[in-house]
Amino acid sequence: MATIELQKVEKKFGDLHAVKPIDLTIHNGEFVVLLGPSGCGKTTTLRMISGLEAVTGGRILLNDRDVTWAHPSERDIAFVFQFFALYSHMTVRQNIAFPLQAQGESRETIRQRVAEVARLLEIEHVLDAKPGSLSGGDRQRVALARALVRRPAAFLMDEPLGALDAEFRETMRAEIKRLHIEQHATTVYVTHDQIEAMAMGDRIVVMSDAVVQQVGTPAQVYHDPANLFVARFIGSPGMNLLRGHYAGGAVHLRADVACQVPGDWVPALNGALGGEGDVILGFRPEAATVNSAGLPASVYATDLLGGYTMLHLEIGDHEIVHARAGRETHYPIGTPVRFALDPAMVRFFDPKTEKAIVREVTA
Amino acid sequence: MTQHGRRQMSDKTIAHFFIWPTLILLIVMNIFPLFYSLYLSFNDYSVIANEPPQWVALDNYEKILTTERSRYWHNFTVTGRYAALSVGLQIVIGFGLAMLLREKFRGSGLITTLILIPMMLSPVVVGLFWKLIFDPSKGFFNYLIYLNPRGGDQWLSDATLGLWAIVIVDVWMWSPFVMLLCLSGLGAIPNYLYEAAAIDRASAWFQFRRITLPQVMPLLLIAVLFRTIEAFKAFDLVMGLTGGGPGDRTETVAVRLYSEAFLKTRTGESSALAYIVLIIIISISNLYIRALNRAREG
Repeated sequence: MATIELQKVEKKFGDLHAVKPIDLTIHNGEFVVLLGPSGCGKTTTLRMISGLEAVTGGRILLNDRDVTWAHPSERDIAFVFQFFALYSHMTVRQNIAFPLQAQGESRETIRQRVAEVARLLEIEHVLDAKPGSLSGGDRQRVALARALVRRPAAFLMDEPLGALDAEFRETMRAEIKRLHIEQHATTVYVTHDQIEAMAMGDRIVVMSDAVVQQVGTPAQVYHDPANLFVARFIGSPGMNLLRGHYAGGAVHLRADVACQVPGDWVPALNGALGGEGDVILGFRPEAATVNSAGLPASVYATDLLGGYTMLHLEIGDHEIVHARAGRETHYPIGTPVRFALDPAMVRFFDPKTEKAIVREVTA
Repeated sequence: MTQHGRRQMSDKTIAHFFIWPTLILLIVMNIFPLFYSLYLSFNDYSVIANEPPQWVALDNYEKILTTERSRYWHNFTVTGRYAALSVGLQIVIGFGLAMLLREKFRGSGLITTLILIPMMLSPVVVGLFWKLIFDPSKGFFNYLIYLNPRGGDQWLSDATLGLWAIVIVDVWMWSPFVMLLCLSGLGAIPNYLYEAAAIDRASAWFQFRRITLPQVMPLLLIAVLFRTIEAFKAFDLVMGLTGGGPGDRTETVAVRLYSEAFLKTRTGESSALAYIVLIIIISISNLYIRALNRAREG
């Protein structure tokens, strides 16, 4: 079990920042997901924690022990690679036993521990097979077994489901989650898949352009994104973001329609914008309900997504808003509709700083 | 042939035009000599005797394997010792060099090219200039290894050191080839295997033993196979350096074969000897290929 602390950790390749100084504490037993698009620095951060990548600046503490310059083998961590990193010339059993043999454990201990993790991950039937003959799911189970067998203080996982088929990915996601709950081991998990991050993480660290954009629980990053990047990146589709002008307690959108600002937001907006100014109104698709009295729009396109319909509504001049509707009602393209926003689910952003405007939440 | 006539030629006919010259050349230069020498190996025949071959069945083989066994056995022992020493050292040095040049550094490309130069030279030329290098009065080899070079050894005319001299030259010439194969094998090992091993707390020696060596093994075995076959054919270098001497101390099978076939013109007997060498090489190759397949599967 371990607490991992990053203090102003950064990584530069030449003049280019791969990771700008980051402060982050990962608590004992926590499942933290590093989430972001390709090249955002999430894998580099993970590799710095593991010691596979040297830091350019800052400190890394593992259980209050400074491991910034410690070799990966001295950090008591396990790493699960995206492409499994199994030794192709060894059997599954030998692969799992490898970390124990490297530590010089006795034959009996090795036999016992390998059997134990094989049972836990249900891979007993493939123990004598070579990794090359296994399915993607089984290979990743073997990689997980190799990580688990040593009973490390923390698990680092670099897109472990990235190389799997969609069908396996769902199953493995559940298995990793179950393993985490059972083992209660500190886990840092890297992914670019926000659904995976939302489903697995106790906390999500959203990264973009080498910078941490937001650290929060899945609910926080989803409902209260810290900036426009997080608002767009989290959710499928992302948050609806409409540019408008705030004045007199209402946001006047480009489409020549006004949207009344919920009362608890007025002081925050007045404060942030100095009474009036440009603002971005944000809301999730499920915050918009088609009714007879809201903002006017027309149906641009519809996607029937099994349990619900995703409506793409056009308001004004080619401004598209996504709204969720029940699957039972049919909306022909071009139908004029109105939609209302759930006042509890609207958010506001400053277009200049791209940051969220924060309101005082009264208990 | 008219233009119209050329157009009539089918693809099959054109294919025949390409295939037959090659096939005829192969039959005349390779396949016929192969079978003719097999036939000669069962005959008493000398190419200069102006007498037709006389069928003696297995007499030539019997002679080599029984009556004259001791002398031929000597040639096989020399060849075997030479092959074992030479290939063994080439594998160790070639693999060592590959490990050193594995990580890229400034000038590593140039160094690799320079190391490869010996294997590009003609063996006869190599034999000639190494003869000079080994020369106790003119050569510098003794200067390199002895404090008092004047009291140094006569490498090429010494009964024990003669074979070692050939081994040294062969190792100098062909270790780069082993290095080249090993380099390509080492380059194909994904780096993440070492990262995984480092995290799994494997020491450098443990990583070498459990990852590097098994992963390079198939290519290493190919190197061993090629070099063993070559060692069994060792002729040009031996002729260039010692000519099989002193006495017959460095007379390999190939040198003996040459002397039987072309100096003593015992064509039938030398054909039989050539077939025995062929069978030995095929058997050794088979053993290696089996080991190679096991290494690939394993």
